Amino acid sequence: MKYIDEYRNLNSAGQIAESIAKITRKPHTIMEICGGQTHAIMKYGIEELLPTEITLLHGPGCPVCVTPAEVIDKAIEITTHYSTILCSFGDMIRVPGTENDLSSARADGGDVRVVYSPLDALKIARENPDKEVVFFAIGFETTAPVNAMSVVQAKDLGTSNFSLLVSQFLIPPAIESILGSGRSQVSGFLAPGHVCSVTGCVPYEVIARSHHVPIVVTGFEPVDILQGIYHCVKQLEEGRVEVENQYARSVRYSGNQPAQKLMAEVFQPAARKWRGIGEISLGSLTLREEYAAFNAEKRFGPVRYSETDSELCVAGQVLQGLLKPADCPAFGQQCTPDHPLGAPMVSSEGACAAYYKYQSNSRTSIHKAKS
Amino acid sequence: MCLAIPGKILSIEESNELFRSGKVSFSGIVKEVHLSCVPDASVGDYVIVHAGFAISRLDEEEARVILDYLEAE
Repeated sequence: MKYIDEYRNLNSAGQIAESIAKITRKPHTIMEICGGQTHAIMKYGIEELLPTEITLLHGPGCPVCVTPAEVIDKAIEITTHYSTILCSFGDMIRVPGTENDLSSARADGGDVRVVYSPLDALKIARENPDKEVVFFAIGFETTAPVNAMSVVQAKDLGTSNFSLLVSQFLIPPAIESILGSGRSQVSGFLAPGHVCSVTGCVPYEVIARSHHVPIVVTGFEPVDILQGIYHCVKQLEEGRVEVENQYARSVRYSGNQPAQKLMAEVFQPAARKWRGIGEISLGSLTLREEYAAFNAEKRFGPVRYSETDSELCVAGQVLQGLLKPADCPAFGQQCTPDHPLGAPMVSSEGACAAYYKYQSNSRTSIHKAKS
Repeated sequence: MCLAIPGKILSIEESNELFRSGKVSFSGIVKEVHLSCVPDASVGDYVIVHAGFAISRLDEEEARVILDYLEAE
């Protein structure tokens, strides 16, 4: 596929890995934020190409993983207690709520449908005017504009049987939270290229300056990720702190302004719980009052948050880069993709699922990585 | 979740801005894509598509920069 295959070229990846080895003098710990990048790193064995001075940690950039169990419980309640059609991205279907997941709700007779886009869910609502159609609107800034567009269109079309169960998160507050925790070992970040295609680089400049940490906006293919790491290591070795844009073929400095306008029209920042991590100040999005009619929590009752994460599951620490998946005592034992204790073992972007699938490619433990 | 892939715009249905969409080819697989947030994209351009929604127009010159740099090494 054009503009993908070129960035998977083995020779190019090898060239960049050699350049990284040449400039690396000191140990550095770099975190990629996005779960898509984590999977590419594991799939292509990127960490194995790097000098041992460089440790990669994996960040919280998996909306499936940080959606609280209580929101999944609400989705299950909506589909089992009411005559509704619940539409969701496929990744969400097998993620455990407090006791159950959406696939078992479907087995119990719930009308749960996997869609590719919230705009497809809106189409289902228009085709089923006698049914309430709820879209499980999870995502980061990449997905917020299309989720927003679905309610803007619903309002314009007068489609009143459509609503969103919103589980939207924002990346910059999560980075602030990691850096402000006092436990962070991260010396540089790879920022998520598709989130930044929407938001641009500007929100990251404040973080880079205030926390004195290099941030490289990075794409998703092996050549992109290695280049992102190269730029990050170069800044660290030279003592520079900047936001650099490796993914300029998609990311403009100011981002996508029509998409930002759309997001701001429909959503507003709020403090809500992230699964395994807790509440992050202004780290989530909720629907604005003007779009309250499309809020599933207004139609079917609010999500009731409590602390219910499995005691065995250390996903929160994995998502904050404090542990690697294989440091969890349940990893690959009580917790597998078939019997997940936590969301990162289910999602196609979860770090635990990536380690489980590609573990032969990894420096599996944070402790081994450092020894 | 933030998976997005580049595709080439084959046609654009000119309707009002809110519903601007078009046919986009992903190596021969053609999908309907919402295009309202890439107002500068036209037929023949590549766009980066996430969940049926174009989040950016791919800058082909910028795409060449990395590849040219690697070829020159």
